[in-house]
Formats: sequence, structure tokens, C-alpha cells
Amino acid sequence: MPTFVYMTRCDGCGQCVDICPSDIMHIDKTYRRALNIEPNFCWECYSCVKACPQHAIDVRGYADFAPLGHSVRVLREEEKATISWKIKFRDGREKNFVSPIRTTPWGSIKSPSDYAAPTADAMKSQELAHEPESLNIAALPALKPGQLKQGVV
Amino acid sequence: MRRRKTVFVDSDILVIGGGMGGCGATYESRYWGRDLKIVCVEKANIERSGAVAQGLYAINCYMGMQWNENQPEDHVRYARNDLMGLVREDLGYDIARHVDATVHKFEEWGLPMMRDPKTGRYQREGKWQIMIHGESYKPIVAEAARKAATEVYNRIMVTHLLMDKARPNRVAGAVGFNVRTGDFYVFRAKAVIVAAGGASHIYKPRAVGEGMGRTWYAPWSSASAYALPILVGAKMTQMENRIVLTRFKDGYGPVGAYFLHLKTYTENAYGEEYESKWQDHTRQLVGDYVDHHPVPTCLRNHAFLEEVKAGRGPIRMVTKEAFQDPHKETVGWENFLGMTIGQAVVWASQNIDPKHINPELTTSEPYVMGSHATCSGAWASGPEDCAPSEYQWGYNRMMTVEGLFGAGDTIGGSAHKFSSGSFTEGRIAGKAAVKYVNDLKGQQPQASEAEIADLKKTVYRPMEHYEVYRNEIVAGTVSPSYLLPIHGLQRLEKLMDEYVGGISAHYMTNEPLLTRALELLGMLKEDLAHLGAEDLHQLQRAWELQHRVLASECVTQHTLFRKETRWPGYYYRGDHPKLDDKDWHCFTLSRYDRESGKWGMEKAPVHHIVD
Repeated sequence: MPTFVYMTRCDGCGQCVDICPSDIMHIDKTYRRALNIEPNFCWECYSCVKACPQHAIDVRGYADFAPLGHSVRVLREEEKATISWKIKFRDGREKNFVSPIRTTPWGSIKSPSDYAAPTADAMKSQELAHEPESLNIAALPALKPGQLKQGVV
Repeated sequence: MRRRKTVFVDSDILVIGGGMGGCGATYESRYWGRDLKIVCVEKANIERSGAVAQGLYAINCYMGMQWNENQPEDHVRYARNDLMGLVREDLGYDIARHVDATVHKFEEWGLPMMRDPKTGRYQREGKWQIMIHGESYKPIVAEAARKAATEVYNRIMVTHLLMDKARPNRVAGAVGFNVRTGDFYVFRAKAVIVAAGGASHIYKPRAVGEGMGRTWYAPWSSASAYALPILVGAKMTQMENRIVLTRFKDGYGPVGAYFLHLKTYTENAYGEEYESKWQDHTRQLVGDYVDHHPVPTCLRNHAFLEEVKAGRGPIRMVTKEAFQDPHKETVGWENFLGMTIGQAVVWASQNIDPKHINPELTTSEPYVMGSHATCSGAWASGPEDCAPSEYQWGYNRMMTVEGLFGAGDTIGGSAHKFSSGSFTEGRIAGKAAVKYVNDLKGQQPQASEAEIADLKKTVYRPMEHYEVYRNEIVAGTVSPSYLLPIHGLQRLEKLMDEYVGGISAHYMTNEPLLTRALELLGMLKEDLAHLGAEDLHQLQRAWELQHRVLASECVTQHTLFRKETRWPGYYYRGDHPKLDDKDWHCFTLSRYDRESGKWGMEKAPVHHIVD
């Protein structure tokens, strides 16, 4: 569903330009506000809608199959680690949903170089980083030579 | 010609594409290569890029070995069965044995996993799928990759790979341009991992006008996964194995959770079960593959298509029963909001509440990718300990070009890896690339300056072209001297649709149609020399189109080569309507020769290493 931007809410900050995976949110040169320059390349992924600090971006379902009068609004709150949705049907019915988005603080992931450096033996093995511990089983599985069939069936 | 700055970026390992595969490759490269310079380059912004940009509500590849739920061998059998016998079992096994560790890491990083309240285990959606609250799946994974990379370059569209001037079959880096500044980027690297996206928009989509962007696979998946390796002569495999998805109508909302977790089911317009009706008919085409459990994805599509052709459409998903349970209703909606918001918009706009109305399903236009119930991609070397010798010529996940690795949609033969498997395959490629770089010991590849200069001219040509010829016409989009990227894209989609088995042909093609497709693709390729781009955004679209056209040509060559119908429901060869295990229980391989522009085709054996 292509996005559009409300004139009175957008302050031209460019967060949507920065995040759009399709590179279709641009700043209009005359109005200094954001717009969707290519609605037919919009995946309605809502990345820009979620990123907009002014809640200036909304979605109007694709004209070729979505009748008017609906709305699917979202509020993504990183500090609360939740995402909230409000769905409004064309006939006015509403549904609301809230889901968690993260269980750890933002920025808390360790760099792989913060772990002890791997040994030369580990480098030669089939194990990947943090294995076998992170598999939660004793050892990385391997096909036994007897099991390994060579040949076209 | 307008002067464009050239920026040189030297690295040990260059990762092209910062989606699931690329983030996995970046993370693992750092773990094993502590002192290496690791650069990740992405067309968009890795915070929200690739197929998982929107989020996911399930992880579709998890063994559960810690609870003895499945073993890697079981997953190989499952993927082999679903792909009608043809998968690289070594690659699939390799992903399956590592994937649980990847998923456990995701949970540690902060991805909210749903748990079964009775067992405390991850909530299963199906045998292989687990359910997550994955709105921030991509931002979480991107955070790990950013921590690992020396540098991440966002908004750079990589257009070509660079080759070593001393050893012609060795990669030396890549070039591209910054979509914001217009600067030309030359990435010189010892090893390159291609983790770019598969192909949407090579077939005409069902939606028209605005809705064109509502393809099932992301519109930014522009076939760079294939075009980059193809252009430098890497062998490709199973490129004919395009995928068609059965999905909710118009929004292409996923059906996995509906079938597996909510236990909804399909029926025809008259409320009848139809799949079993087509079983005998399908058996005549594919033999006992139709009796396998679970029924392969393509064959379920086939029954759907036959039922619709018989005039008993639309096919509907029976949701009314399940949605009376408020928990199931919530899961049904959140499933969309977590990964295909557009489907919620369609239902809201058309007053479709699945609690009261059974929603329509449809079959999508075809897509080419390597990570779903399909396995197109590059032909790669397998794991040292279990790949048959014919599948082993170097480092794990190295293509037939030295120093060129791949992961995710890029690598062929390893179906059903999905998000977690793509990240895992990136990790496998990352470790192998570190080994490769360590073994090089200073014998660094050198890109030729002449090649770099040539590519710089080539990359900006559409903008030059537009600037020169735009004054020939008063205004508007119709010029006798150039085509805009959208013009080329629509011509590509139309011809692939009509000649290479798209929706309007009911996925049917044959040798005369494919031969004609190749002629038309040849002319389209010639016309691409006359692309016009009015700005950097359109220049990105121009190069996406170039990548899509080359990948489409590869798909067409493969489809012509395989003289059977291996996957009815994905596509049909009208001149070879049946599955033929005698002659075609094999992989198809292609190699593009960039000097002559000719394609070479060959067969490769399918080794079954698991019972």
C-alpha cells in the first residue's frame, strides 16, 4: 500500500529517506518535506511509517484493489520494546494488537571479537562461532562415513 | 561527462548485500578473522534491508536438536522431497546442522521467541517452523553485523564484480555507485561474498498500476544475487526452478501459520475439498512423488491451478472456524502485521474479517530465489567432511570463480533455508572466506585499472544518455533515443510472462516459446545500451533492470535445457509434460561467457548422501 506524507506534520527530517529499503522516500525540493516518488515500488513494509518521529506518514491501500476508507496505523516504541497496531475497516470496525519487539536493551549485542579468539584447531574443524556450546547439544552433528553415500541414485 | 569522484575501499573480505545472508557472513568473518578488514556494502540501509526488512512472524528452519525434535538428515529428506528429488544434500545438511546455534544466538541477542506454555520449548508452528515476535528481527541482526564489520557502506548499489588481472578466474573486488552522492566506489578485496537478493519483478505481477509493488518477494530483490556472479562466468544451477506461491489474494499474505498452526484448510467455491481429486491426474505426470508426505509445494499448487481451470474457483481458506478462538484470531492478524502488513490493509479495505468470511487465495507470479521452497543460484563447493568429491573443488560455499563466495538467495541447490538458514549459510561462507584469505599469504589479487575505468563509464552511461537526448523532445517519457528503466522492466515482465511461463500463460511454456523469448531478450539486452536515467535513483533502477534481464536470460536458458516438467505447479513444459527421472534426475548448470555472450549448458549428477 503506497505511503503518503501529511503536509502539516512532516518537518523534512529525512528519517524516512534514510530507512526506505526501496529508495522511494525523497525530500521534495519545493516543499522541503518527504514524499513517495514511486508508489508502484512500495512494498508497504511500513519501515518509513515506523521511523517517522512526527507520525506524518500513512498508507492508503493500492488503488487497483483496495477500496478507500480503511486504515492500518502503527506505533513502534523502542524504549518500551513494543509495537502497537490499530486496524480500521472500511465499515468502521476496529481491531487492536500489541506485540513485543525485543527482549534486550538496544545496542547490547556483543561483537564477535569480544569473545575469546578461536584456536587453530577450531579453524580447521567444521564448527562455527560459539559451537558446540550454542547448539545446546554435545557436539556438532556429522554424517558418519558409513552413512555417507557416494553415487547417483 | 560530469566528473564523478572515485572512492577506493580496500578490504580483506567484501560482503555484498546486508540482508540475512550478508549479516551472517559479516558476523562470522569477524569471529574467525580478528585482524581482517571486513566491509559490508548494501544498496539500502542494513537496518531495514533485504527480504526480512518488514519483519517475520516465524523462523522456518529450526531443527530443535536439543529436544530431539528433528535431526539434520530429516531436513535433507524434507527439502529433497519438496523439490521433487533434486537438492544439494551436502549443502542442505551443512545448514541444518548449524542452524539451531544461529537461532539460539538470535534469542540471546533479544529476538522475542514464543514458547509452548506446556513444554517450555519454542512454540512450533509446524515441524520445521517456530513462532517469533519478529518485527525487529532485521534491526537486531543488523546490530550484530554492525558490531562485527570494520565498515558498513549503506546506499551503494554494486553493479559489477572485478576480476584479477593476473589470474582471470579470480575475483578482485566490486564496483558500484553511491545512490545519494553519485560517487563511484571501487571495493578491492581478497575475497568477496555475494549475499544479494533473489529476483522479484522478472515476471509480470498480478497487480497492475500502483499495486505493482505488492509483489510477494520484495521489489528491491533485483536479482543481483545472480547477475553479479553470472557476469564473471560463475556456474549457475537450477535457475529454471522458479517458485510460485499460493497466498492470500492481492496482499500475498503468508499461509504457513494458517495451515500449520491455526489448522485452517482450503476449499473450492462450492465448499468442496479438491486436492485429493487431482491426485490420480497428478500421478500420471510425476509418478509416486504425489504420494510423498508432505505433498511437495509445487504439486499442491498444481491441484489448485487445475481446480481453478475447471471453473470451480475461487479457492478459499476456511478461517471462520479457527477464528472463533480469540487466541487464534490474534495469531492470524499478528502474523500479517509482523511480516505482510499489506494483507491487513487489503482485508481492512474490503471488510474481510476472517472470523466471518473465508478469504480468497491465489497463486502468485513466479519468482527466482534460493532460500524458500526453491533452490536457484550459484553452483558452490560443499563442506569438506561430507560433500561428494564432485561437489568439492575448494572452500565451502566458494563458487566456480576463485575467491568468490555466496550465501542465501545466491547459492543454488540448498532449498528451505529461509531467514535462519540464510544467515547460517552466510556464517559458513564467512568462515570459509577467512580461511581462503589466510591461505593467500600476500598473493593479493589486483584489479586492472583499465577495467575500473571502463566500468566507471559504463555505470553512469544511462545518465549521460538521458542528459544528451532529453532535449530532443518537448517533455514527457516518450523518446526515440532512450528507454526509461520502467519501460525496460515492463517489457521484461511481459515477455517472461507470455513466453517463459508466467501467470497469463498459466505457467505454461515450450521450446518454440522459449526460443522466441531468447530472441526478444536479445533485443531487450541491446536496447539496455540505450537506457536513460534522469537521476541517481533512476540509475539504481537502471542497474537493477540490467541484473534482472541477465538473470531472466539465465532462467530461460535453463528452462529450455531441462526437457521435462519436474515441478508442475511452478511451471510446465507443454512439449515435455511429464517428470522424467531417467534423463533429468540431475542438476542443470549454465555458464555465461561474457566475451561471446553465449551460454554453455551441462548436466551435473545428483548425489544422495542421506538415505
